[in-house]
Amino acid sequence: MELRQLTALAGVSGNEKEVRDAITKELDSMGVPYETDVLGNVIAKKGGSGPKVLVDAHMDEVGLMIVFIEKNGFLRFAPIGVPPAVLVSKRVYIGKDRVPGVIGAKAIHLQQPKERESVIPVDQLFIDIGAKSAEEAGKKVKVGDYAVFDTEFEELSPGVYKAKALDDRVGCMILLEALKEDWAGIELYGVFAAQEEVGTRGARVAAYRVAPDMGIALEGTVCADIPLAEKEAYATRLGGGAVISVMDRGSIPSRAMVDQLVKLAKENNIKFQFREATSGGNDAGAIQAARAGCPVASISVPCRYIHTPFAVMHKGDFDAAKALLIAFLRSVEGGFRP
Amino acid sequence: MKDLIKKLTEAFGPSGAEDQVRELIRREVEQYVDEVRVDALGNLIAHKKGPGKKVILDGHMDEIGLMVTHIDDNGFLRFGTIGGVNPFVSLGQRVYFANGVFGVIGSERVDDPKEMKMEKLFIDIGAKDKKAAEAKVRVGDSCAFYQPFVDLGDRVVAKAMDDRIACAIIIETLKGLKSEHDIYAVFASQEEVGLRGARAAAFGIAPDLGISLDVTRTGDTPKGITMDVSLGKGAAIKVKDSSLICHPGLRNYMVKVAEEKGIRYQLEVLEAGGTDSGAIQMTKAGIPAGVISIPCRYIHSPSEMVDMGDVEECVKLAKALCESPLTF
Repeated sequence: MELRQLTALAGVSGNEKEVRDAITKELDSMGVPYETDVLGNVIAKKGGSGPKVLVDAHMDEVGLMIVFIEKNGFLRFAPIGVPPAVLVSKRVYIGKDRVPGVIGAKAIHLQQPKERESVIPVDQLFIDIGAKSAEEAGKKVKVGDYAVFDTEFEELSPGVYKAKALDDRVGCMILLEALKEDWAGIELYGVFAAQEEVGTRGARVAAYRVAPDMGIALEGTVCADIPLAEKEAYATRLGGGAVISVMDRGSIPSRAMVDQLVKLAKENNIKFQFREATSGGNDAGAIQAARAGCPVASISVPCRYIHTPFAVMHKGDFDAAKALLIAFLRSVEGGFRP
Repeated sequence: MKDLIKKLTEAFGPSGAEDQVRELIRREVEQYVDEVRVDALGNLIAHKKGPGKKVILDGHMDEIGLMVTHIDDNGFLRFGTIGGVNPFVSLGQRVYFANGVFGVIGSERVDDPKEMKMEKLFIDIGAKDKKAAEAKVRVGDSCAFYQPFVDLGDRVVAKAMDDRIACAIIIETLKGLKSEHDIYAVFASQEEVGLRGARAAAFGIAPDLGISLDVTRTGDTPKGITMDVSLGKGAAIKVKDSSLICHPGLRNYMVKVAEEKGIRYQLEVLEAGGTDSGAIQMTKAGIPAGVISIPCRYIHSPSEMVDMGDVEECVKLAKALCESPLTF
């Protein structure tokens, strides 16, 4: 499977089925055993004997949920992980049958001068599916249905990809790659987690089940190396290599693991960068706090514009993150303990 | 059933001070179950034994309220909030303490309504000085809003409808219930301060699934919120709120059972607010959880309104679920 296919699947938090089915199919073809749990996590297991290492990537993506159908057939929605500012005039698909719709708002001609200068709040936005009435809309869409952004995967220039859901299908791809390798000296648990974007819920229960000795979260992370931003606000740079976190709102990674990642990157000529920001959080926080706790770290791929209908990433960063993860797991096989 | 709702809603029980409402529920429920116990968090757990699936039926018994944080020299009480209480609904309300002391909520001088914050408010219990006040209440005492139950016919109004209406529905459900399942009715403590009772109860019981009953908001009042739930349109089956995305298998099963039994239902997406199922679902390695919501207007005010027809549909749905195979 390729990133192109994986990012095209619909998987807003709580509705990860399409992604889960694709991943379990891939695991089947790889001959890797797995189980799924009640939150919808996929927990794959590979390896022999040794420390239990949980490597996590979340399947879910940001999107919308339909909460109300207006009498005249327009749909009201709640964002799941998406800021209101990016929503207006985007195209979406709703539900299993991929009903197409557009997010509309009051036309600029009708807006007050003050309204033109501010973000349109969600309660003034709606989805138009071309239905004339609530009855007609109700035949295609139900309250509680999910909507995903209609975004094509494209290669903007060699090795630079644009897609929706790179956060965190990019992590899922790296995890699948790691599960293709043979692991004799560790018990590798690959957790494809559900519901990260609504509060790292999948990872929390998966980590309880696995009870790992250490955990690594693979992420598509914030990248603000854009015009208008100061260098100190970049957080990460596209093409700058694998990203190692030092702290975020969910966890303070194990210093020993961070040092080990840096050492391995240098020894193996793997390009790396630190995540020069402490905002945001990921599944590592939930893994760290499961049961009696365990040391964790995060390895990420920079993704510009995350939590919008599309993101942009660099293949070189993906390769570096994958190489760093594998080097780390090999070092655990070789005796490294945090 | 209105008598039971009146008794339950008029009982005292802000989060962490559920003793009085707990004893009331114990007396009402013990005749319908095999065993009743109270755990360390103060949850009342009523167990009706059966060979089938281990099921939690949860409704929280605590209510929002205020807690005294300071008594000033003139005998006025300053307070913190227990759960989501806002200044606009608090001003002018009467409150009462577990020991029967009454007070009224007054405010410092506020010229601009925007300045109306909880910090501006105080409780006046009619004490002439600090000493007189301290003879009646202490720092750390909690109080609840004082409002009697009112019967409007099809609809009823009370304080603490959130979530005593669920306690009433669960008691009604257990009455004459013929279920093969191992049912734990959890009358949970401390929901309003962060789903704390249910979290501990779910860990202790480790059920196969959990169903919470709680009130939800409605979109049917003048220029209110945009929400597809109305009073009088039946039991609400939750899809999502801020605490959980309900287990899709269980949620679809609930819809199926409602349709098979001809129970009126509506699907609910609540954009703000959470409920005990959020804690239950995240327990241990994950437990399927769903929610039957009771549509309720004016939530977290001293006058919360529900429709008796909706309440009956919720009882029917809870009963039908308990009496079904619960395989999904």
